[in-house]
Amino acid sequence: MNTGAPQAALLEVRDLEITFFSDRGALTAVDGISFSIGAGETLGLVGESGCGKSVTGAALLKLLPRGAKAGGSICYAGSEVTQLSGQALQRFRGKEVGMVFQDPLSALNPVLSIGEQMVETLKAHEVVSSQSARLRAQEVLDAVGMPDPSRVLSAYPHELSGGMRQRALIAMAILLRPKLLIADEPTTALDVTVQAQIIELLQRLRAEQRLAMILISHDLGVVAQLADIVAVMYAGRFVETGDMRAVFKHPRHPYTAGLLRSIPSLTRGADLSQGIPGSVPDPLHLPLGCAFHPRCPRAIDQCPTVIPSLIAQGITRFACHNPEPGS
Amino acid sequence: MSAANSAQYGFSPMRRALRRLGRNPVALASAWLLAAFYLSAIAAGFLAPYHFDDERRDLSYHPPTALHVRDAAGAWHWPFVYTTSASFDRFYRRQFAVDTAKQYPLRFWVKGSHYRILGLVPSDRHLVGVDAPARIYLLGADARGRDLLSRILYGSQVSLSIGLAGVLITFSLGLLIGGLAGYLGGWVDDVIMRLCEMLMMVPGFYLLLALRAAFPPQLSSIAVYWLIVVILSFIGWAGLARVVRGMAASLREREFVTAAKVAGCTPVGIVWGHLIPNMASYTIIAATLSVPGYMLGETALSLLGLGIQDPHASWGNLLSEAMSIGQVQFHPWVLWPGAFISATVMAYNLLGDGLRDAFDPRLEAGRS
Repeated sequence: MNTGAPQAALLEVRDLEITFFSDRGALTAVDGISFSIGAGETLGLVGESGCGKSVTGAALLKLLPRGAKAGGSICYAGSEVTQLSGQALQRFRGKEVGMVFQDPLSALNPVLSIGEQMVETLKAHEVVSSQSARLRAQEVLDAVGMPDPSRVLSAYPHELSGGMRQRALIAMAILLRPKLLIADEPTTALDVTVQAQIIELLQRLRAEQRLAMILISHDLGVVAQLADIVAVMYAGRFVETGDMRAVFKHPRHPYTAGLLRSIPSLTRGADLSQGIPGSVPDPLHLPLGCAFHPRCPRAIDQCPTVIPSLIAQGITRFACHNPEPGS
Repeated sequence: MSAANSAQYGFSPMRRALRRLGRNPVALASAWLLAAFYLSAIAAGFLAPYHFDDERRDLSYHPPTALHVRDAAGAWHWPFVYTTSASFDRFYRRQFAVDTAKQYPLRFWVKGSHYRILGLVPSDRHLVGVDAPARIYLLGADARGRDLLSRILYGSQVSLSIGLAGVLITFSLGLLIGGLAGYLGGWVDDVIMRLCEMLMMVPGFYLLLALRAAFPPQLSSIAVYWLIVVILSFIGWAGLARVVRGMAASLREREFVTAAKVAGCTPVGIVWGHLIPNMASYTIIAATLSVPGYMLGETALSLLGLGIQDPHASWGNLLSEAMSIGQVQFHPWVLWPGAFISATVMAYNLLGDGLRDAFDPRLEAGRS
């Protein structure tokens, strides 16, 4: 999916494979995905729940739970993330990569004030006085559009509204000026008006700070507003990836097409949105061949036997034996 | 919560809980009683009429001194006492004869034995006293004619502080060890938890006795004091570490811990900065409720003569005088230390209950 730009990618992921070892056997949550992101680029990771998109985000920060193993390579600015440990790992987290979580109420410590949490983060990475750390925190809160930032510093999470909490969380993620932001469903827990404000904020930050972003979402609308490139995941694999506009305008993989069709639309008149029949397969018992074939309206003889690989066509790539007709 | 009315910020869960506590009269009264006890322990030298070792063997088991306001002729006076002298009746029982010849008025701010407040401020002033040769035994005297009130006040320094010192050590150990076990998990968790279980397997009181027996019986009172603290903490941390470990293991899965990890915090930083503050409400309640346990541990050891040794006083060894029925029958005032122990233990329990309600308002609403 590298757009072919000569500059070295900020983050380059090769054949990432994530396996969970449970009592019921090994479970491959992510099966060999590759992508790269340049500075200031936004990648949208799209898929239904359980397709492996959040796990991918966690793996990038070495945050996988016990019992999970990541294979393949994650290369950030020339160094291998999978090899990082100790101080180098702490530096990488926070200083190089920030993360925004889905539910700001659970991602903020309920018993510490916003200021305390931000100062703590700053002090973990830099030698600063509490005074100047608070000032920096206040500046960043101001930058994320927090009303009355100096007073919010002494506020506790329960005293803030949902939108303010998410702003505070974003402020904490960008406090150390990371070059990459991983946003895992950053707007899912918010109501629609606040959602729009947060999207606007992320757009602004991306432009102002040349922040690269990995946006993990099941909401195609959010991805359409923020992403440059998009990767559609199904059962741990990329089924279609490429330039966001191209993919959304002319989806080639039947799954992408199905996702786009399932968005309620005003222009399509009285026609109700169409869902994709069936549900996500049990990752312990994936169907043979293409994992999507039992739900696929375009399945052909080949599909239940041969796993399709990603093939490039134009500016998008897709993994399908019988793709939707191109433009 | 709403930003529209420019809400008041800065009310931590802790502050809100303390506010609720302020509205609970029982807990508040307990807190004041404890505060009074601790203050009087600090000021024991000043409040006590006599030094804890000031004995008058001829006045053994002197009953509480009567404070008179009227003399034999019926005239009113400032409160005063008479001198007493002891003799034996034909059954060799002690009899105290009151000598009404001379009145000894109660006096404040009197000069007496030297003492140091908190070991620092030297003084020889006492709150109340009477001129020699009269003596004032407000709560009676013990076998050697020492003032029981003075001994209870000096004893409270040991008995009240030993609970706090024990809880302080236990909770530092328990929180750190349990917190790390819960947060790190894996083999660290296993090793620590098995160690805790081994400690908890042995019945507490036998462990207490066994540990005390491992040290020489004759030690200075200060050495014994710290020995008791260490022994009690050694027994106590395991149970706490188990609870803390459970809480840490569940908090570990919360997103803000992941967020802290992403922000680059170290494991010790996360345990100290995020897990322990989140356990503060439980910790405060548990600490309050476990202080009496440490006090009673000291009392039990001293009662058996294994703790603080005479002439030094603690509520436990004072109460050991009340171990025979004869003592209680003829000198019922030797039970006074027991009253102080009960009052303190009850106050701690009521305060702990109040704190629990304050930290968990849902619980309070569920009650009548």
